[in-house]
Amino acid sequence: MATFKDFRNKVKPNWCPGCGDFSVLAAMQRAFANVGLEPHEVAIVSGIGCSGRISGYVNAYGFHGVHGRALPIAQGLKLANRELTVVAAGGDGDGFAIGMAHTIHAIRRNVDITYIVMDNQVYGLTKGQTSPRSEMGFKTKSTPHGSIESAIHPMEMALTVGAGFVAQTVSSDLKQLTRVIEEGIKHKGFSLINVYSPCVTYNKINTYDWFKERLVNLDEMEGYDPSNRQMAMQKLMEHHGLVTGIIYQNKESKSYEDMIKGFREEPLAKRDLMLTRDQFENLVSEFA
Amino acid sequence: MRKQLSWKVGGQQGEGIDSAGEILATALNRKGYYLYGYRHFSSRIKGGHSNTKIRISNSPIRSISDELDILVAFDQESIDLNAHELIEGGVILADAKFNPTVPDGVSARLLAVPLTRIAEEVGMAQMKNMVAVGASIALLGLSVDAFQEVIEERFARKGQKVVDKNMEAIARGLEFVKTEIGEIEDFRLEPSDGKKRLYMIGNDAVALGALAAGARLMAAYPITPSSEIMEYLIKKLPEFGGTVVQTEDEIAAITMVIGANYGGVRALTASAGPGLSLMTEAIGLAGMTETPAVIVNTQRGGPSTGLPTKQEQSDLLAMLYSTHGEIPKIVIAPSTAEECFYDTIEAFNLAEEYQCPVIIMTDLALALGKQTVEPLEYDRIRIRRGKLVSWDEELPELGDSELFPRYGFTEDGVSRRVLPGMKNGLHHVTGVEHDQTGRPSESPVNRKRMMDKRLNKLASADIGFPTPVFLDAPHDDADVLIIGFCSTAGTITEAKQRLEQEGLKVNHAHIRQLLPFPTDIVAEQIKRANKVLVVENNATGQLTNLIRMHTQMGDKLVHFGKYDGNPFLPSEIYNQCKELLVHGHI
Repeated sequence: MATFKDFRNKVKPNWCPGCGDFSVLAAMQRAFANVGLEPHEVAIVSGIGCSGRISGYVNAYGFHGVHGRALPIAQGLKLANRELTVVAAGGDGDGFAIGMAHTIHAIRRNVDITYIVMDNQVYGLTKGQTSPRSEMGFKTKSTPHGSIESAIHPMEMALTVGAGFVAQTVSSDLKQLTRVIEEGIKHKGFSLINVYSPCVTYNKINTYDWFKERLVNLDEMEGYDPSNRQMAMQKLMEHHGLVTGIIYQNKESKSYEDMIKGFREEPLAKRDLMLTRDQFENLVSEFA
Repeated sequence: MRKQLSWKVGGQQGEGIDSAGEILATALNRKGYYLYGYRHFSSRIKGGHSNTKIRISNSPIRSISDELDILVAFDQESIDLNAHELIEGGVILADAKFNPTVPDGVSARLLAVPLTRIAEEVGMAQMKNMVAVGASIALLGLSVDAFQEVIEERFARKGQKVVDKNMEAIARGLEFVKTEIGEIEDFRLEPSDGKKRLYMIGNDAVALGALAAGARLMAAYPITPSSEIMEYLIKKLPEFGGTVVQTEDEIAAITMVIGANYGGVRALTASAGPGLSLMTEAIGLAGMTETPAVIVNTQRGGPSTGLPTKQEQSDLLAMLYSTHGEIPKIVIAPSTAEECFYDTIEAFNLAEEYQCPVIIMTDLALALGKQTVEPLEYDRIRIRRGKLVSWDEELPELGDSELFPRYGFTEDGVSRRVLPGMKNGLHHVTGVEHDQTGRPSESPVNRKRMMDKRLNKLASADIGFPTPVFLDAPHDDADVLIIGFCSTAGTITEAKQRLEQEGLKVNHAHIRQLLPFPTDIVAEQIKRANKVLVVENNATGQLTNLIRMHTQMGDKLVHFGKYDGNPFLPSEIYNQCKELLVHGHI
């Protein structure tokens, strides 16, 4: 059985020292091992930006695509081969700006993949512009007078478009982060995991300390029921979205693959391509 | 008795125009006639003039016709808009209900038939289209029997009563013409050879080709005129375990296709110009990551939303050049429905053999034009997967943190391809410049080698595509060479035949592989002709300029463009050739 070390490779991440993404990487590696996967059974599809590099830092199959399109690539891959564990990963710009439509439709479609967003509320690799997750008033190179656009609230958004698994955590809590990723992988259907992953270089507001003071852990909240969507929405609103843990999970949800007419367990990628002569003649006869 | 004739039905969209044409054509196809059908429709759901023109012949035809013999009109607008196409002595078969009149200057015979009244007597006013079919076949000299099977298949779901009513409507229409008008001998068709053939639109043939090629996943966003491809596959793929994903946009469609091909399933997307524009970034990703991807572009009128339901061939340069940077890419252009089928299979083979995007270029006239196809041959289906490692192969164990050389340098530039899920095949895939294992690398030496590797895959024009240029070029010193691509093949053939009947020496080259460009073949043909007419449905001469660029023989080339939304007519090409030969220019 593979251990978390088997998911390590020798590539040195080009992230800044102290970047929250290091913990996401470590948590992913631990989670894969904890659910009993081998490196070749895992594929990580990522977007562009600092976070997008993560697919190259895990010893597994990795696809580093184009900005905002990790999700459709990941869904195509999963539909091609249902046996793979497919994880999509990227930043808040990737998932909630350029790729927002894909995020919403991936949630609706419910293909069995896990989507991890490394949310630092700023654009790092392009050297510090505002992100759709930046709060009003946030000053950056592209918002010198402070952002005048309201921030996207991904957890509330996910709940309203029908997500079956919605979780949030922070990179300083490796234990919760690992557990949430494990649960996301095990969930049958699309899982959205938003990880507060502070950018130590360009975001001087939303720091580790800032989160420590504000985040409310739902896992430790007595009487919290993650299967109750209404309660989930209520807690998010009460705490301005600053909660962690599995916020909502619908264990009854059926994945896209399980709903497609005629779709089988054996991966498409492993099936014979050639039609039989009879199948072919039948198809052609409809045009006679 | 006629060897061929043209029939058109027109009315408001939604009046059963399509189904009248479909039913007539299907019955004629089963009788062994050759057919070519073209729909004229507007970009709206209901209302607005639309028409279907069907050409019927007892020998092969692959083009719309210049003229019209019989016009069936459900309203005066259909007469006013279409009667000018009628030959002298042509017939307008119009619903008596709207008191049809023949416009000035048209010498057609008007047959006012109470289509609606008869349909109402049979039981449903909307069956006036079937009454019209009946009236039409009286002129063609056919019997109602030819329709029994077709009507049964079409209406069986709705019950025997509906089948009977429709048959009755056809019989009553036929009877009316026979008893009230009498036979009009001119339009009776000569018997056909009775051979079984197929009748389909180009989009059907592409979809069938994709199924035969083993494609099991399609991701697409609906757009005219490509949607029929996904609609067919949505119906059929479940039987083969596959599926169609209707994505949120074309960017999702192409990237999903890239993900699926990376995962090892043959997958495709299909769109038209606006969709292709959205896909261009991802096409670059497929090129850079050496991931096979098949993209069908059914060209229509551009730019922007342009003429969404009209014919044009103006996306050529966009297909060749539109991604940023430089990637290997293959662009092929079938010109008939039959070629759509075989070329689509080949597109999937080439995509895997060269590990690059392949664009199948068609156009609206080919995508939606319905034509007779000789029986498709199962034995001609070949599946070649190139250097794909099979699931059974045991790969040597990778050392500590070592990766599989997915992008390994090889003599032909094509590397062995492993699929995610394969043991000992771990590697990285990225749109960033990378080394042999897929890890990012900005080293100038690696960069140059990788660029060369990718581009050299297609360095030769000979990529094994069976017919890079279709040639009908019997003359070593032709008076004129006509060059075209996509749907114009049949029209050019017809113009050529007319010119040759006048003793002119005409060659025809139809370019079917646009990238890599088959320069030698095309240059050789240009050398063998005095004049060259390049026929293309666009304003700026994209094909003409492409040929100029590659052959350096631009002086001989004359561009003949049409961009009013309609396909070329044989007479237009004929006339331009004559013009060119007489005056030296057009």
